[in-house]
Amino acid sequence: MTTTSREASGHAPECGAAGGRPAAPAWGRRPRRRAHDSARHWAAVGFAAPLLAYLAVFYAYPLWRNIELSVHDYTVRAFVQGDPAFAGFEKYAEVLASGSFGTALVNTAVFTLVSIGFQYAIGLALAVFFHANFRLSGVLRALFLVPWLLPLIVSSSTWAWMLNSDHGIVNSVIEAFGGTQINWLTSPDTALAAVIIANIWLGVPFNLVILHAGLQQIPAEVYEAASLDGASARQRFWRITLPLLRPVSAITLLLGFIYTLKVVDVVWIMTTGGPGDASLTLAVWSYREAFGTGQPDFSPAAAIGNLLIVIALVFGFVHLRMQRRWEDA
Amino acid sequence: MKNHRRQPLARPAAGLAAAVLALAAACSSGDGGDADVYTWWDPYPQHDENSAWAERVDTCGEAAGVTIDRTASDTTDLTNRALLAAQEGTSPDLILLDNPAVSTLSDTEMLTTMDDLGLDVTGVDENLLAAGVVDGEAYGIPIGANTLAIYYNAEILDAAGVDPASITDWDSLTVALAQVTDNGDKGVTFAAIGTEEGSFQFLPWFWGAGADLRDLDSPEAVAALELWTGWLESGYAPNSVMTNSQNTTWEEFLTGEFGFVVNGTWQVNSAAETDFATGIIQIPARDGGIAPAPTGGEFIIAPVQSEAERYDVTRQIVECMTTPEGFVETAETFAYYVPPTAEGQEALLEARPELEPWVTAVREAKGRTSDNLGTDYPKISEALWTAVQNALSGSATPTEALQQAQADAEAALG
Repeated sequence: MTTTSREASGHAPECGAAGGRPAAPAWGRRPRRRAHDSARHWAAVGFAAPLLAYLAVFYAYPLWRNIELSVHDYTVRAFVQGDPAFAGFEKYAEVLASGSFGTALVNTAVFTLVSIGFQYAIGLALAVFFHANFRLSGVLRALFLVPWLLPLIVSSSTWAWMLNSDHGIVNSVIEAFGGTQINWLTSPDTALAAVIIANIWLGVPFNLVILHAGLQQIPAEVYEAASLDGASARQRFWRITLPLLRPVSAITLLLGFIYTLKVVDVVWIMTTGGPGDASLTLAVWSYREAFGTGQPDFSPAAAIGNLLIVIALVFGFVHLRMQRRWEDA
Repeated sequence: MKNHRRQPLARPAAGLAAAVLALAAACSSGDGGDADVYTWWDPYPQHDENSAWAERVDTCGEAAGVTIDRTASDTTDLTNRALLAAQEGTSPDLILLDNPAVSTLSDTEMLTTMDDLGLDVTGVDENLLAAGVVDGEAYGIPIGANTLAIYYNAEILDAAGVDPASITDWDSLTVALAQVTDNGDKGVTFAAIGTEEGSFQFLPWFWGAGADLRDLDSPEAVAALELWTGWLESGYAPNSVMTNSQNTTWEEFLTGEFGFVVNGTWQVNSAAETDFATGIIQIPARDGGIAPAPTGGEFIIAPVQSEAERYDVTRQIVECMTTPEGFVETAETFAYYVPPTAEGQEALLEARPELEPWVTAVREAKGRTSDNLGTDYPKISEALWTAVQNALSGSATPTEALQQAQADAEAALG
């Protein structure tokens, strides 16, 4: 492949004459070689075409469309008629200047970091626990996957019921032990905590599965050698498990981060980002602007969505850079 | 040598790729317009394909000689889907849509006027038709109307010594709530959820105080919101009202623990089936009299089609839904729709005389998009329900919350 393309660019005029086909190399048995290479070239294009078409239709176009939505003023009317006025970065300025932006940004940071922090810690603890491979560990591990298998609408609604102020099971337990009713979903002080708790529960299985798989990769000999040297369980964890798990941890945290950043359903079903803006994250805000009211505002929604993409991208690059540094080290 | 072996394989693969692409292109350019199938969207997912409602829709299709393909989704989703479909040029033939959304859709020019369809709307009550009229043109016909009132649990009121007839203004209602809660029962439940339903339930109190939707932070509006926050603070209403939809409040009332519930015409049958005695009072205005409640209910609307010959059948289906007999049949099917025409109302009362208070309430009710609000209403409503949420959750005082709402509404309206 590389030879073909290098030579194609080296013989640009010839290439143009051939109607986009790669030019044949200047040496060797010319005619035969030419027919041969062009067939190869077309085969390569044929193989790449489905992927390219897929990327264009499902990645490039939506992304372009999202940007296009955000730099125009799409009112409901303009959306249907297809004649929006160009607005430049006006919508971005509106979003950034909005009173909800600061709240949403802080909430997004808290929601994402606290969620993946707990998900990772609990997932790792469970993975280490199940790594011991005791009797029934397979069954128990399977049970821990249940949150993953349930449709989000089911688990979120169940959490919303459990955390209901007046007749939720959580409050009835708290009251049974002499506590007072906590308005989990309806108080601005606890709404964010409530959705974070539900989201942690949802994310643990993912962390458990990947970290458990990562643990299988660590050679048993290392542990054997360590125990011969008299390392305690604690030392084995901190000096062997955690460092050797680092690449797996990094990808788990990155995926968890990107996944948590764009969570809408859990928050939407439980609190719709409320009360007021108390549990509003950027993703929920975007959804609320676009679909949450009787009056869709696609342009600001798209602008918020693009900001989210940029944030995710930045962390993706941070991950790549960290990975490279480890590989160099 | 290696290449010679590969070549025969490469051609079929490239051919396959081309075929896949061609197939994808063919799929996306498909045109769904089948002459004998008319598409119909409505916001009643609770009525499945075997329900009486689905049967009623089918019958109207059969009468016009076509099959109706019905799809149900909830109200907010339906509005969004209608807009997306209009943008794609794949609108259904008919949509039943919540009345405040009609002016929004008509603004996009995606709807035909009833006049263009050849339908006469003169018989429809003006306060009910108003939501679908923009610049003198009607863009839909209400298939029925409903509104809000207060249901009470007669046994709880008896036990607490409350006479429902004594509830004539806000003060007497609050006194009644105090008596009920003092007696060990729960007071009132309503829906203050952060959606259109929340605004819908707040409006009778808002209008009942004399407030105006153009002026969200007036002292009257603050008084209405303080009434609600006061009830929560005193424990007359549960904290969960903030996440309650109207269906949830009804479920709460059905437990038999609540003295009162604010709910709509659509629960009449369910109320009759409870194992405790129930009754209805109209929502009182602040200083007595009946508060204007907002009209609820769906309009039947016909999105613009590329094939004009479809309109004739569409008109026949709409006619089937909107004759006096059709209205009564719809009312009977749902057990809650009050017909929007005088003729239909009379016919309904003949069959169901006990619905008299609801017919009266609907005649007194006020459209949410009336007062010339039109497409401004959804934006004002969003600011309003947010203010209600902020005040009830304690993150702002009623005054602050409503000042913020007024500022937000003004900003949104530009």
